[in-house]
Amino acid sequence: MSIFVDENTKVIVQGLTGGQGRFHGLRNRAYGTQVVAGVTPGKGGTDVEGIPVYNTVREAVDATGATASFVVVPPPFAAGAIMEAAEGGITFIVCITEGIPAQDEAVTYNRLVEEFPGVRLLGPNCPGIISPGKCNIGITSGDIALAGGPVGIVSRSGTLTYQALYELSVQGVGQTTCVGIGGDPVPGTNFIDCLSAFEADPETKAVMMIGEIGGSEEERAAEWITQHMTKPVVAYIAGVTAPPGRKMGHAGAIISGSKGTAQAKMAALSAAGVRVCQNPTEAGQAMVDIVASL
Amino acid sequence: MDLFEYQGKQYFARYGIAVSPGGVADTVDDALAVAERVGYPVVVKAQVKVGGRGKAGGVKLAANADEVRTHATSILGLDIKGHVVHRLWLERASDIAREYYASFTLDRPNKVHLGMLSAQGGVEIETVAQDDPDAIAMLSIDPVRGLDLATARRWVAEAGLDEEARAQAAELLVKLYECYTKGDCDLTEINPLILTTAGTVHALDAKVTLDENASYRHPEWEEFRATETEDPRERRAKEKGLNYIGLDGTVGIIANGAGLAMSTLDVVNQVGGTAANFLDIGGGANADVMAAALELINSDPKVTVIFVNVFGGITRVDEVAAGVLEALGRVTITSPIVLRLDGTNAVEGRALLAPHLSDTLITESTMLDAARRAVAIANA
Repeated sequence: MSIFVDENTKVIVQGLTGGQGRFHGLRNRAYGTQVVAGVTPGKGGTDVEGIPVYNTVREAVDATGATASFVVVPPPFAAGAIMEAAEGGITFIVCITEGIPAQDEAVTYNRLVEEFPGVRLLGPNCPGIISPGKCNIGITSGDIALAGGPVGIVSRSGTLTYQALYELSVQGVGQTTCVGIGGDPVPGTNFIDCLSAFEADPETKAVMMIGEIGGSEEERAAEWITQHMTKPVVAYIAGVTAPPGRKMGHAGAIISGSKGTAQAKMAALSAAGVRVCQNPTEAGQAMVDIVASL
Repeated sequence: MDLFEYQGKQYFARYGIAVSPGGVADTVDDALAVAERVGYPVVVKAQVKVGGRGKAGGVKLAANADEVRTHATSILGLDIKGHVVHRLWLERASDIAREYYASFTLDRPNKVHLGMLSAQGGVEIETVAQDDPDAIAMLSIDPVRGLDLATARRWVAEAGLDEEARAQAAELLVKLYECYTKGDCDLTEINPLILTTAGTVHALDAKVTLDENASYRHPEWEEFRATETEDPRERRAKEKGLNYIGLDGTVGIIANGAGLAMSTLDVVNQVGGTAANFLDIGGGANADVMAAALELINSDPKVTVIFVNVFGGITRVDEVAAGVLEALGRVTITSPIVLRLDGTNAVEGRALLAPHLSDTLITESTMLDAARRAVAIANA
């Protein structure tokens, strides 16, 4: 099984007619994802290589029965697009947009929680989700994933998500689902959401977790793992050599004072029984060993 | 982006938050003119983006023109923890009865806003948090509902602010929250927030961090950006849309994505090298961006090898490869380049580079191998 999405998930792309939306929407479809519609205000009635485009999410959902949306619109419009998806009946929203103001993210997250408790937002500023062989929503290159499980991946960083997939796939270890939760200060889905979904998924036997400096999500995940996780977890945390006080690309990746360091996160995860590795390759190898011993 | 105190106060004033009357001065003569305008006694304050100005001699009280001249002369040019003072803020001295603390920031674990208010201001809030955590009244604020005056009134009472300060403080806190949210701040902090002997409440200091993701809707931030004293290389990088942080090592790093860039630094370090920089070319970088990145790293005299680590997602590897070739055609890249390319359109990208490979343009198939190769060249 996979978490959050599967081969039956019908996906719309908000921003399908834009450059990035078109490129990645079509790639997602080519991967086998059921990309059933696009949404661009004012472009309703047109199509992108056979994918019908609607003016609103509501129209697209009514016409296609889609439950998931891939939001790929510029930052000033992203919060509005996410809310439109929820209001239009979408229950799983993947937003890859980078550069959304934190105030917008905070309001959008809380509006979703309060008005649409059944809706899950993944991102913003994330690579998306791939369940190999079934569904790929986002910007991950499908050819680096390997179907069949048994490993679940959850990652705060985009490109390191690809690195994690790659490290496992080259060694013949498949994935059930790989979730990129993104590096922004207010992520819609966090480590614990994914760890608990993987813990509940019978086909996922082990989990690889990729974190980075900043915030305390990894420490909270470590606490959750101690209390609830029965499956083995391998972790890698990026930013051991990052200087304090500087934002390392992601808005959320900053060491302030003694808080948010890679060392503290690694220590917390180790104490929770997680196998903590020094680089992505070592993490891949550790997971290969774990899978071999299952 | 962190603001100087005077900029923070200017920003506060936009939202109706009371501050002391004052002005900016870059020279002793300017300082005297400002002092004459606001009236004595004045406080002469060094404008640097670092804490502990008072202890370092960067904040002085002046009763008359002679004292302004003396203090302005000693503070201008002063080095405070590596920050040289080029600008002063002079403001009318306040008769302080009580000092409080107030701030708003994002509570990341709980995904709501967090207000902190304390009747013990004027000292490091971290110290208060450690010694007497109950002295800080924490308020969780739902970003959808915001902060209303009734809640602010309860909050100032709970924090134990003096009776006579409460009504004004509550109003000021609502304005500060407006500044924090509508003004797109990551942080607004007033320490101290004061009650004067005359019974008025206003901000004696201002610490503001702006969320640069919101700059598209704040044209007024231009003037703040103009005074950012960044490393010239970092400024050039920003103009090109690159996320660059200068470091001390010899291996120039170019990666796509913040996580991979950080990881590249870590791996270079693990195999015995030192990174000269952090450089994230961002998502969807094209040939032009890649060429700009190479030129930027090339201009760093410390760099002896360049490690390009790209795992394509939204970024297309063929675009990256085209950028490398474009840069090589445009400028002389003095250091050897080691590339590791994977992900979206990697096959096309590698094919583009294949005819150009040499002992100064090298590809490796894994991140770890590429790091080892780069470090071997750097340490040779």
